[in-house]
Amino acid sequence: MRETLAALMAATLLAGGTTAAARMIHVGPGDNAHERLQTALIEAQPGDTVHIAAGRYALADGLSLDVDNVTIKGDGPDRTILDFTAQKGEGEGLLITSDNVVVRDIGVENPAGNGIKSKGSDGIALVGIRVEWTGGPKSTNGAYGLYPVSSKNVLIDRTLVKGASDAGIYVGQSQNIIVRNSRAEMNVAGIEIENSYDADVIGNTATNNAGGILVFDLPDLPQQGGRNVRVTGNQVIANNHPNFAAPGNIVAGVPSGTGIMVMANEQVLVSGNHVMGNNGNGVMIVAYTQAFADKAYNPLPRGVTVAGNHFMDNGKAPAFPGGKEIAAAVGGTLPPVMWDGITRYAVPGSGVERAASGGVRSDAAGISLNLGVQGTPSSAAKPAALPLLTIPIAPRAAIVLPAELEARAK
Amino acid sequence: MKRVLAALLLIGAAPAPMAPVRVNADLLLTTDAPRLADYGLFDAAETPAPGVRPYTLGTPLFSDHAEKYRFVWMPPGRRAEYRAKGALEFPVGTVLIKRFGFPADLRRPMDDVAMVETRLLIHRPAGWVALSYVEDKGGAVLKRAGKRIPIRVTGYDGQPLAIDYAVPNQNQCKQCHMTGDAITPIGPTAGNLNHGLFGEGPSQLAVWQAGGRLAGLPADNWPRLARWDDPAEPLEARARAYLAVNCGHCHDRAGFASNSGLYLNPEETTPAHLGIMKRPVAAGRGSGGQMFSILPGQPDASILVHRMESNEPGIMMPQFGRSMVHKEGAALIRQWIAAMPPAQAGGG
Repeated sequence: MRETLAALMAATLLAGGTTAAARMIHVGPGDNAHERLQTALIEAQPGDTVHIAAGRYALADGLSLDVDNVTIKGDGPDRTILDFTAQKGEGEGLLITSDNVVVRDIGVENPAGNGIKSKGSDGIALVGIRVEWTGGPKSTNGAYGLYPVSSKNVLIDRTLVKGASDAGIYVGQSQNIIVRNSRAEMNVAGIEIENSYDADVIGNTATNNAGGILVFDLPDLPQQGGRNVRVTGNQVIANNHPNFAAPGNIVAGVPSGTGIMVMANEQVLVSGNHVMGNNGNGVMIVAYTQAFADKAYNPLPRGVTVAGNHFMDNGKAPAFPGGKEIAAAVGGTLPPVMWDGITRYAVPGSGVERAASGGVRSDAAGISLNLGVQGTPSSAAKPAALPLLTIPIAPRAAIVLPAELEARAK
Repeated sequence: MKRVLAALLLIGAAPAPMAPVRVNADLLLTTDAPRLADYGLFDAAETPAPGVRPYTLGTPLFSDHAEKYRFVWMPPGRRAEYRAKGALEFPVGTVLIKRFGFPADLRRPMDDVAMVETRLLIHRPAGWVALSYVEDKGGAVLKRAGKRIPIRVTGYDGQPLAIDYAVPNQNQCKQCHMTGDAITPIGPTAGNLNHGLFGEGPSQLAVWQAGGRLAGLPADNWPRLARWDDPAEPLEARARAYLAVNCGHCHDRAGFASNSGLYLNPEETTPAHLGIMKRPVAAGRGSGGQMFSILPGQPDASILVHRMESNEPGIMMPQFGRSMVHKEGAALIRQWIAAMPPAQAGGG
């Protein structure tokens, strides 16, 4: 009994100690803002909150945080504004390299490179954030607005990203991910999940991008074989913005007018979305289009299910090569779903050919271009209707993030 | 030429000054001292304390044409362990010291050198710690959050040159020096130390071994990183040495840029990971509209060159540590790419 009590008291003290030690570090606008902010981010201890008071902070260099379990909190995305218009150095506005970090309620304007990046974080929540290139969409804007990479337990919630010259919200080479309740507009890609495992993209709005929501997998990277991605309950509307990405980037190949695009990847579920007014494809499903040398890479989409979506007014003016001709061949308007029909690929340098296991299934009208083997150009398309299936939407467990992270992100 | 400075740094004012400073080993192990002088590494005349020894690298990192003076101090009687790859394994208590200064005229690097900052990597029991001390009126003081310092010198062309020099903040130190989650030294690898001090005399590896400061050195086959600026060395070796030192600390499977798939550490051999016919992943506008990191034979169509020749944040590589283009370095990489035989699409 006494031991129990002692243990209990120790635990209480410990918990109390932690709470007492957690500090709120306030930083306000004014002179030397960069040095004061960066100093606060360096001197923060685990458990601390760095509060950035309302105001505009003109910053010539990027900021970074490398302390675990810190919250960075502003007074609202339109009130606390980190202004990187005159940025001279660093590839990001704010870089996070530690674990269990919450960044919330701030605005980031005109970062030279990416807006907020996390690298190698286990537990990163970006909540109530606005990243905006205020001069409108330009190829000279930074690449990504919100950019967790090589991270785990990723939450992006209630954010707005406008004007990114690559993807507004980009999650790369990460695992256990939720992107929800966010809005991406006037980016090349609205939301992109790349080389990642176990992601829910839920309840977002992607509108007026060149492509709305992308699920990609690329070769030659430390994490590849993207899988188990669910795109559900999103508004994917009129993503007809001209593609303004610098050529060479993978998103530069995304045709303007694309609603949802799946490239390579395994087990992707596209369900319950409202996909409307996208001039090209409502949903485009393709193999990786380029030559590759990576023997471990699988360029095929496998097990992609499109079910229970609401499609309207898509496919009226496809911009991709051959799109007009294909549309004409099927009556003038592309059906909601298009698959390149690539089912096989040659393993580089081996002469071995592999086929997809699990193809593409759709309960909405669709066509296959029947291109067959990876690398076949779309000019060789032999379009044919995809079989219309009645697909019960298989229950798939929702992605669950650590409760502590969710609580701090409320 | 540099030997003059070497003598100066080693011996200081030849007649022994007052009492020599002593390295404060306990303070190094325990405390981020507010002033550089607290550690007793140099005396008031900037003469190194006993046991603080200079070393030089065959190929150094480009830092806006700063002159850099490197020293190492190890606890008495302790030795570094040889490693074929990566930095030597220095004992706990070691401090690696890098002092940065600018000569008034870049064409006369020995004269009128104004010191700017001193960076320390201290090996404590829990791991390496990176600290930067910025010159101030009363001596160098600890600066964790970094600082921009305007530098005015005469450039190589005889014209005034303004340099927007940036002292890195503590997190930036770690970005370059991290391997996995830990901070590690970058410069003093066996390969980069396998040159004479200031480029002359016997290999520093041999000197360190003879002086009881290096253990485990094999009898032969010592790795050697080429001197990037020695035209007598093979072009390939010079280019790879330059990339290894200027890029390979991040562009490594365990480095900050691991997610890029571009690996420029000296051991990398896969063409696609070296950038040959490698398509950009997350370069964004950094691609400059080009399709490949390296397009053999075509430096103008290679993203690597584009990013080395840019000064714009979001495009330039490295992302920090320089504010100006290293023209000579970029020219070397151009030469290397121009000489490459055409490769197959997809990395070959």
